[in-house]
Amino acid sequence: MTRIHLTVDGASVADDVEPRMLLVQYLREKLGKTGTVIGCDTSNCGACTVHLDGRSVKSCNVLAVQADGAEVTTIEGLSKNGSLHQVQESFRECHGLQCGFCTPGMIMQSVDLLNENPNPSEEEIRLGLEGNLCRCTGYHNIVKAVQHAAAQGSSTVGQGAQA
Amino acid sequence: MIPTAFDYLAPTTVEEALSALAQHGDDAKIMAGGQSLLPVLRMRLNAPEMVIDLGRIDSLRGVRDDGDAIVIGAMTPHFEVAKDPLVTEHAALIPKAIEHLADAQVRHRGTFGGALAHADPAGDLGAPALALGAQFVIAGSGGTRTVGADEFFVDLFETAIGEDEILTEVRVPKHTGWGAHYEKFVRVVHQWPIVAVAAAVRMDGGSIAEARVGLTNMGSTPIRARAVEAALVGAAPTDDGVRAAAEQAAEGTNPPSDLNGDADYRRHLARVLTRRAVVAAAGG
Repeated sequence: MTRIHLTVDGASVADDVEPRMLLVQYLREKLGKTGTVIGCDTSNCGACTVHLDGRSVKSCNVLAVQADGAEVTTIEGLSKNGSLHQVQESFRECHGLQCGFCTPGMIMQSVDLLNENPNPSEEEIRLGLEGNLCRCTGYHNIVKAVQHAAAQGSSTVGQGAQA
Repeated sequence: MIPTAFDYLAPTTVEEALSALAQHGDDAKIMAGGQSLLPVLRMRLNAPEMVIDLGRIDSLRGVRDDGDAIVIGAMTPHFEVAKDPLVTEHAALIPKAIEHLADAQVRHRGTFGGALAHADPAGDLGAPALALGAQFVIAGSGGTRTVGADEFFVDLFETAIGEDEILTEVRVPKHTGWGAHYEKFVRVVHQWPIVAVAAAVRMDGGSIAEARVGLTNMGSTPIRARAVEAALVGAAPTDDGVRAAAEQAAEGTNPPSDLNGDADYRRHLARVLTRRAVVAAAGG
């Protein structure tokens, strides 16, 4: 077992973990943060995307021990004081989801994308979300949601996502 | 799935990492960014007893200027390499390839040295490194040695790095002012290329003065298309101007046949993609 200390959604946590424990397992099974989901076994789908020290990562492809000392933001840490982050609001507004399983990862990656590029073109949005799969194929409304968030100036709100 | 149990070390210096490697030998696996290793461990295709994580060795991260070369620390993540001003100015081919490498999340974690040391023949960085004549600095218990790109890639997933050694940095000769393009043919955008071509071109007076061309996934290692490079000298940077040179792209290659395409199809792709890559690199 290895002792790790990290910050998750603003709270300091410390635990003894097996080195083989994946970050996504740690978030879900140790911290109960089941908002972050596991959609595949191959690191293709991006459903488990979280922010690690401010950058998006696939949390199924990071060991919990690698996150020692880091700051992690999950989908559960995006809203502030009871108000949704602009990107969450835009996914709701534009119906950027069908079954909703890919949504946590889509939103976390969209926030990262908009942090890097506050006014992306449609092509830049599609390329920026290349690592996130929607099995319902609901991509059009997801892209519209990101455009909507960009138009609302998403990068100026939800500072929590920028870690 | 989750990996089988392993012990874990996260050294903070190269010396500590080397001594851990010496101690654990065959039972140990080096982890850089882990973006290729962790899927392998999760699918239990490999089960090392010890994982040595280089992620805490700060000295292996960053890009510096060293006269006629830029030096990229092996643990620099792809996204940092791609936006580094030294890299974009002196080795523009590398950011062009990184743009097509996997997806944003993987580019945030995966490292330049890790991808090259993994030596997947379908990896996107081998061909650019080879084309630019990169040199690989490898540390071992007896000190460091430098290996040229021509000797670095040995076979499928096999490099000149010994079992008791670690890749520490990659020296890339400056190609300041050269045009560059990475032409990747793929069915799913974030996947490995079926074939890709890395091209860097120096123009002089409206024609190609020098060219460097590397091929991805046309054999068990990245391949330098030297016949194409020689034939491009003096060519006009147009489709017709480079066509004859590009026709030689598949010569001496031994591409794989798989569900994405057979060897003949890949040879055809190599010729077509070489033409497109060179014309784009030349700004055509």
